[in-house]
Amino acid sequence: MLRIPCPFCGSTRDEDEFTFGGPYDRVRPSAPGQLSDEQWADYLFTRDNVRGRSRERWRHTFGCRQWFGIERDTVSHALVRVFTFDEVSRDDEQGNRIIGGLHEAV
Amino acid sequence: MEHYSFWSLAKHALSNHRTWMPAWHSREPKSRYDVVIVGGGGQGLATAYYLAKNHGVTNVAVLEKGWLGGGNTGRNTTAIRSNYFYRESTNFFERSLQLYEGLSRELNYNIMLSQHGALTLAHNPHQMDGLERWSNSIQLQGIDAQMLDLNQIRDFMPALDTSATARYPIIGGFIQRRAGVARHDAVAWGYARGADNLGVDIIQNCEVTALRMNGNRIRGVETKTGVIEADKVVIAVAGHSSVLARMAGFSLPINSVALQAMVSEPIKPVLEGLVVSPLVHCYVSQSDRGEILIGGRADAYPSYGQRGTLPALEETLSATLNLFPTFSRLKLMRQWAGIVDISPDSSPILGKTPVTALYISTGWGTGGFKAIPVGGETLAYTVANDRPHPLIEPFGMDRFATGRFVNEAAAAGVDH
Repeated sequence: MLRIPCPFCGSTRDEDEFTFGGPYDRVRPSAPGQLSDEQWADYLFTRDNVRGRSRERWRHTFGCRQWFGIERDTVSHALVRVFTFDEVSRDDEQGNRIIGGLHEAV
Repeated sequence: MEHYSFWSLAKHALSNHRTWMPAWHSREPKSRYDVVIVGGGGQGLATAYYLAKNHGVTNVAVLEKGWLGGGNTGRNTTAIRSNYFYRESTNFFERSLQLYEGLSRELNYNIMLSQHGALTLAHNPHQMDGLERWSNSIQLQGIDAQMLDLNQIRDFMPALDTSATARYPIIGGFIQRRAGVARHDAVAWGYARGADNLGVDIIQNCEVTALRMNGNRIRGVETKTGVIEADKVVIAVAGHSSVLARMAGFSLPINSVALQAMVSEPIKPVLEGLVVSPLVHCYVSQSDRGEILIGGRADAYPSYGQRGTLPALEETLSATLNLFPTFSRLKLMRQWAGIVDISPDSSPILGKTPVTALYISTGWGTGGFKAIPVGGETLAYTVANDRPHPLIEPFGMDRFATGRFVNEAAAAGVDH
């Protein structure tokens, strides 16, 4: 059971109040029409699926409903760091950024 | 290999069973093999067995980082069925069921297959419509399926709460009578023994730490005990597929999550066959030892830690008590989790990879056990001939770009 300190409401709550929202760095391409089928499939489906420290998006669904980031060890389940989108840039290290932008309202 | 029979049992009884030969040998790895298979679970061992038996490729090593069948092969709930929806899947899984039906004889190893049926429940009219469609679809493909009304369900599984006052009243269901369960360890051990007998080296406690490449071609593997050269390499490591793929320089459309299962204390026979409820969300059977075997949804976030989390466990047990209120007095004896490799369309990814001479068996998600014989058979063909077996042509990695999914999310039985 993860106990997650929400950076917005400030309280530490059980994991079932939260929703896992995918990799932190993955940003939606701004012009999908210009991508090849392979690039689009890569954005939609290919995952780093990291063993070890992984940066993830989470939402406090049954609380304040805010999105934020967690760096988590996928083997030990330890929370290394919890942060807001303002604190850590979501630039994609793999270069998808050149054709992308954030798809959530900032 | 010593042939197992009534007579061998009687003969060894005379020596108090002290002179049985080990079922397979413990080998030291050679420096070079034709094929190295990474992963000593059911899929890897079956691939090795069929490579040797069907294609005469015997210079093969199976490398396992722990012990044989210690991953998902030994952690699943052993359901074997072929009631998928699309033709690509039913062809594939029906072939597996047929191989399972003859497997004890084929391997001379009792896998304890018992075909008592798999029942899928509907709790509302929309689900009944869905099950009618599903059952019609597979009957048209020649797979056995039968719709059951409430009275037939009561006959099949009297322990189910079929009253109208249940929280989610059952209104009907459909059954595949040839579906069943088998002993998972025996499947792994039987294939290991068969492969060893044909000359395959089975090497346990041998973790692969890197892949040797030459340009875009695989050359071998590095292990904790040294380098092993290989003409061809097969990755069959379930939840760790992404880790191995990264060693070869590519990424997979795979998410690794924990899937839990649990057993109660053993009780007298009360369930015949397997029951799945996609709505309340659990599947339940009774093992040969009498334990009630329970599974449910996968955990809600990625994990490589082989243990489950409490919320999924709680939901699964609450669902089970919805179906079987009488089980509330049972004590849980054990609970565990395996790391399953979930693909975007809940169908496996099998065959060639972007790297020359590197093959992969992944995306099994929550249902790899039932596909062990056919997964091994078709992947062995693919490795030996360097082209996909016709049964697995639809399961190539390229389907995510072309859009030809084989979406079996519903037939997988549980959410993930």
